[in-house]
Order: sequence, then C-alpha cells, then structure tokens
Amino acid sequence: MITYEFLQQYWWFLIALLGGILVFLLFVQGANALIFLAGKSEEERTLIVNSTGRKWELTFTTLVTFGGAFFASFPLFYSTSFGGAYWVWVLILVTFIFQAVSYEFQNKAGNLIGKTSFRIFLTLNGCLAPLLIGTAVGTFFTGSQFVIDKNAVGNIAAPVISRWTSAWHGLEAVAEPFNVAFGLMVMCLAVCLGALYLQNNIAHEPLAPRLRRSLLVSFALFLLTFLCVMFQLFTMDGFATDAQGTVSIQSGKYLHNLLQMPAVLAIFLLGALLLVAGVASNLLRPAFRRGIWLAAPGTILAVMALFMLAGFNQTAYYPSKAHLQSSLTLANSCSSEFTLRTMAVVSLIIPLVVAYIAYFWRQMDKKSLTNEELENEEKY
Amino acid sequence: MIDTALTDWSRLQFALTACYHWIFVPLTLGISVIMAIMESIYVKKGDPFWRQTAKFWMKLFAINFAVGIATGIILEFEFGTNWSNYSWFVGDIFGAPLAIEGILAFFMEATFFAVMFFGWNKVSRRTHLAATWLTGIGASVSALWILVANAWMQHPVGMTFNPDTVRHEMTDFWALVLNPVATSKFFHSVFSGWMTGAIFVIGVSSWYLLRKRHTRFALASIRIAALTGIAGTLAVMLSGDSSGVHAAKYQPMKLAAIEGLADGGTRAPFSVVPGVEIPGMLSILATHNIDGYVPGINNMLDGYTTPEGETFPSAEKKMESGKKAIEAFRTYRANKDKDPHTAMQARKVLQENIAHFGYGYIQSRNELVPPVQLLYWAFRVMVGLGGYLFLLMVAVLWAERKKRLAEMKWLLRIALLSTPLVYLAGQAGWIVAEVGRQPWTIEGLLPVRAAVSSVSVSAVQTTFFIFVAIFTLFLLIEIRILLKAIQKGPETDNTPNQAQP
Repeated sequence: MITYEFLQQYWWFLIALLGGILVFLLFVQGANALIFLAGKSEEERTLIVNSTGRKWELTFTTLVTFGGAFFASFPLFYSTSFGGAYWVWVLILVTFIFQAVSYEFQNKAGNLIGKTSFRIFLTLNGCLAPLLIGTAVGTFFTGSQFVIDKNAVGNIAAPVISRWTSAWHGLEAVAEPFNVAFGLMVMCLAVCLGALYLQNNIAHEPLAPRLRRSLLVSFALFLLTFLCVMFQLFTMDGFATDAQGTVSIQSGKYLHNLLQMPAVLAIFLLGALLLVAGVASNLLRPAFRRGIWLAAPGTILAVMALFMLAGFNQTAYYPSKAHLQSSLTLANSCSSEFTLRTMAVVSLIIPLVVAYIAYFWRQMDKKSLTNEELENEEKY
Repeated sequence: MIDTALTDWSRLQFALTACYHWIFVPLTLGISVIMAIMESIYVKKGDPFWRQTAKFWMKLFAINFAVGIATGIILEFEFGTNWSNYSWFVGDIFGAPLAIEGILAFFMEATFFAVMFFGWNKVSRRTHLAATWLTGIGASVSALWILVANAWMQHPVGMTFNPDTVRHEMTDFWALVLNPVATSKFFHSVFSGWMTGAIFVIGVSSWYLLRKRHTRFALASIRIAALTGIAGTLAVMLSGDSSGVHAAKYQPMKLAAIEGLADGGTRAPFSVVPGVEIPGMLSILATHNIDGYVPGINNMLDGYTTPEGETFPSAEKKMESGKKAIEAFRTYRANKDKDPHTAMQARKVLQENIAHFGYGYIQSRNELVPPVQLLYWAFRVMVGLGGYLFLLMVAVLWAERKKRLAEMKWLLRIALLSTPLVYLAGQAGWIVAEVGRQPWTIEGLLPVRAAVSSVSVSAVQTTFFIFVAIFTLFLLIEIRILLKAIQKGPETDNTPNQAQP
C-alpha cells in the first residue's frame, strides 16, 4: 500500500540518491581544484580542463535537479533554507556561474580577462563549491536559526512564513566547527574523486605521479576530516520527532538512527568500504587506474546513508536552533500526497535517464584523453 | 511590515536575471534547429561542406549556451532566495514542473551537448546527428516545462487551497500541463527562438557576403535560416493570436493595460500608435468577434457587466472579499483545534472568497493596474519588430532564391543591422508577459508583496549589483568572443568572390 508516509520516505530516498550522485559528480570540482596543483605545464592544464569539461554539465544539471526535486517534494525546505541562508546559497551559485562560462571562454580569442583568470575561476569553484555545499549540509545535523509560522499568511502586513533569525543569513553556519569540518570533508572527498577520475580519464605519463600524490594527500586529509565528523556525529545530540510531530533534542540521536536502521548501517559501511577500496587500489597498484569505479558507488552509498540518518527514523532533517518546533521534518515540510504521488510516477523515468547517461559516457570515454586528441579534435 | 523597497528590489533582481537569461536562450533554441537541419543534410548527402557549416554554427551555439546555463541556475534558485513565501504558498504545484524540467530536459541537453561537441569521431554519424537533434529537443523540452510553470502563474488551474497546510495544492496534474496558456506560451516562446536563431544566422552570413567571404557557406546558411525563421514567425503569429484571446479571458487587466484602454466596450478599437486606431480590431483580436466586449481599466476597477449579462465585481469588492478570506483564514487557524464549529464556518467563508484571496493584501485599487506606458510600448515594439523581421526574412529568401542576394548590398546591410532588433523584440515580449502580470506573482492569488523572502533590502541590493556586474561582464565577453569567432569564419571555403552554387 502506497501511503502518504511511504511517499515522503520515498522522496527523501530520492533526495538522498540525488545528493549522493551530486557528491560523486563533484569530482569535476575536485579535479578542477588540481588544475594548478597537479597540472604543471600548459599541456597538462589543458588536459585537465578538457577532461572535466566533458562532464561538468552533468554535475551542474544534477545540482539544478537536486534543487528542483527538493522544491517539488519538500517545498518548505526550499523556501526556508534558500530564502533564509541567503548568503550561503548566493555564494554557492556565484561560484557555479563562474564555472559555467569558464570552460567555453578560457581558451577563446577575445575573452577579455585571459585564460588564467578563467582557470582560476574553475579552481575557485572546485574548492569553494564542495566546501560551501558541505557546510550547508552540515546544518542538517547541527541546526539553523529560523522560525516558521504558517499563520503569518493571515497577517496582511507581514505574511512571510519563514524567517531567519540570524542577521548573518546563513554565514553563521561557519561558527559551528562540525559544519566546517563537514565542508572540509566534502572538499577533500571531491579532490580525492577528482584525482581518481583524472587518473582514469587522462593518458599522460608526466601527470601520473602528481595525480598519485594528490590522491594520497587528499585521501589522508579526507580520512582525518571524516573521522572528526563521524566522531562528532555519533556523539552529538540530535533532533528527534514523535508521532505528533513534536521535536525534541535526543542525545546520541544519529548513533541511534544508525543502529536502529541496520540497512542504513550496511549501506554506510559498504559505501565507505568501496570508497577506501577504490582509493587503495589506485594507490597500491600503480598500473591500476579504475579506482573511480569503486569510489563512485562508494561515495553515492555513503552520502545516501548520511541523508537517511538525517531524515529517517523520526528525525528532523533541517532542525531549527532558534525555535525547536519550527524544525523541518519529512511530514511537515513535504508536498501534498497528490503531488508526491504524481512526482513518484515521474521519478520512474530516472533509471532510463541514468542508463542513457551511462551509455554515452562509456561511448565517449572508451579511450583515455590524450594530447593527440586535443590537437586533432574539438576542445575547450 | 514588508518594505515596498524589498519587493521592488526583489522584482528588479528577478527581472534582471530573466532578461539576461532571455538574451541567450532564444538563440540556443533557434540555432539548435538550424544546425541540426544542416547536419541532417550532411548525413543525407555526405558533402563535408555541410558538416563544416553545421560545425561553425555549433561553435557559436556553444559560446552562447554557457551563459544561458549560468543565468538559468540563478533564476531557478531565486524562487527560493527571493520569493520564499511564494515557494511555500504554491511550491506544491510550482515545484513539480521545475523538477520534471531537470529530470527530462537538462540531463538530455547535458549529455547530448557533450556528444555533439566532442563526439564527431567517437560515435557513428547517425548517432551524432541524433545527439545534435536531442540537444535542441532538450532545450525545447526544458522550455516546455518552465513555461508550464510560468503559464500557471498567469492562469492558475488544477489546484485547491488547503488552510491546514497554508498553501495551494495540486489536484489535477494534466490541467497544469494542458493549461491553454501554457500551450500558446510554449509555441510563442520556442518559435520566437527560431526567429532569433534565423535573424542571427542571416545577420552573420550577410556580413560574410558583404565582405565577399565564405559565399557558399553564407548563402546556404541564409537559405536554411530564412526558411526556419519564416516557419517560426508564422507559428509565433498563430500562438500570439491565441495568447491575446487568453489574456482577454484570464488576464483582462493585462490586455487593457497593453492597449492603454481606459474604457472598453464592444467593437473596441485597436491602437496602432497613439492617435491611430483601427475600429473594432481589438474586439476581433481579443474575442475573435467584432462585437466582442473588451473591458477597459476603469471598467475593471469599477466593476462591469458584459452585454451577455455577466457581472464582474469592482476592485473594492474584490479587496473586501479578499480581506474576508484572510480574516476567515485567521479564524480557522485560531479555532481549528479548540472550536471545530467556528473553524468549519470560517473555512466555508474562506472557500467562498478564496478566488479573491490575493486581493486581501492589496492596499489601494491603483496597485491593480500594471504600468500602462511600458506595456503599451513594449507590445508595439514586439509586434512591430516581429512583423518587420518577417518581411525581412521573406525578402532575403526571395533574393537568395533569385540568386541576387550577394549583389544586393543594401539588403545585406539591413539584414546585418537588424540582428539586434530580434533581441529587442524578445525582451519586449517578456516585458509584456511579466510586467503585465503585476501586481501578481500568481494571478489573483498572491501579490508580489506577499511573495517575497524575509531578507533585508540591502542584501538584495548587494546581490542585485553583484549579478549586474557578473552578467554584464559575461555578456561583454560573450559578444567579444562571438565577434572574434565570426571574424575568423568557418573552416569551409575561403575563396573570395566565389560563384554562387
């Protein structure tokens, strides 16, 4: 029986899935963070830019679809978070719009501010976007400063439902070490995935040792931040909700969630294992370059598990520190049953979309990218 | 208290983003069809000339595409950042087409753009052709869903207000998709994109002809572009006609403002420019009947009765009804847990007055009239330029078919200089559509002042100027890169004075 509650859970599952895919696709950002660090010659930088340049739109599109899906399924999150944490989202968007034009503009005659400027934009987006997105997602566990009053609609002079109570409008998230650690973790993960992707995608001998070093360093930093985040996550207080929708603080909530949902625990462990296996296989066996294909499902699964910890098992996924009962739960922030049901039918098309993306990805990437190809064919 | 400045700056920021977005999108929509036709000819005939021709326009397409994406993402998220109350109040309906747009269209564009651009030697010829078409189709599918969303704002259908969740909720998905306003909006916008692509290609090609460069390429491009553009314009005219009828039916204030029609009636005249009128023409355009009744601005503010006997309330009555609805909403919310009887009565009053809910937020009747002068002129610029550009394309195609175009320098010069006009027409069109909707975000249900986010005016001002700076920089760079690429020219023939094929 497909109940309203089931549909809410299903849509949170899809949000988690899209979130997981988005974080995996942040390899584009991670690789761009390496343009100047790993790419030492013009040739190498061009290779990196062109390698990610054939995938960046997928990341971008996933981000937009993630936003669209969140809007359609949990509109109260969309209105509260975007309208409230204004500066964080504007910053994220600005880094992405600079990225969007930089590929096309960087190597073209007449681009006004020069190739290096655009590559710096790509690098900035590469570092800042995962950092900021990670920090924003950190608040799913630590909470934000907002109040929701749906009765406000009846107040003609001030009808706005969601109000942010911090004048920093989202920037206050960095005052919470957990959020920052979360952001750094996502950034290091993105670089790690970026290095794995480049190792697999580009055939250029001189670049190989530098990518290896980048992978090693980023993975070490990732592990460090990951352990910090996990330690905090599983010892911190969380935001629980009961059958009436009342939100309360519960100590060790996220650890409980993990233990009470064995499937999520399994997904999380499997994800972490695959990620480590992907990185380790590229690091330990120099001839092996396909670690990304282990790390990709690993990342998706692990990120999905984190989203599930935040939203499932009677948990408020977007808590309010300013007013506990304003916290967003799946039940109080979701769309109507009719909309969720309709959109659930639409979601059946997702496997088809994933299938054609995978098919053409394979077609396009059968051979690794080389200098010869860039010299003879279309390039950025 | 919601600051009027906040509403104004939020509107300005959204308008800025939308205007910039619509500089890049129509070219994407139009040129994608033109280059796909060219590549189809290449696949059919096998002549590499067509491949090079298609490739050149693809290059310009790609330069333009990126900025469209950049402005597009801002638009989507601005619904949340700047119109948060809107996002909750109608998110249950409005979010769906946005999500569908992402799932159906954006991935299609993203995937096949890469295949089209980098896949010439990686996939088969036919697969590549399919990718080129699918990139263009993806852009149109994207337009479809965002216009379904936009049309719903102009003519909300398929929903009901739920005072428990405090929002409108979808009750009929197909009513949303098959909204007649959406259909005409889709065709009007997408085919105006065909016009933009056509005029752009004709303009650039004319420059080559004037310079006696790439003659074969230029003439071939003009032929395909003019045919595409003429077909597009005919569709724009047809859908424009039904847009007029829809405006008369669902947004009569918009129509009256566009016409500057203070007092309406039957056999309403159409004003060509101030002082020049065609008697009865507005009635024909708006109702397809010369005796059709078209209400003027004053009629709508004062209330009116049509010759058929249908009565429409005055602005004051609607505002009163709206205030009653909001009052009933408050009563319902206050009593729903403690006094079910009072709550149910309030709910009934709310239902009776729900159609005017948004009017409850309106403070003076003057707010209900959108800016007449701006709309009046924007409409005339759109239609006037549309008509002119249609004639231009017909003339260019005729000259090309007669093999005289290359010598008709004056016509080539006019074609070249007319390129910016198609952009002006497109911008004017969106001004008509969106400014004409004021003061509503959703017609009759939610005025802009009740739709904004609770952020400070200074925050919106700051982001506004940041976006002005960024978008303008992008536009300047794009124009410069396009000009350089055009100057360099296609990699087809470079022989000056080459004979016509």
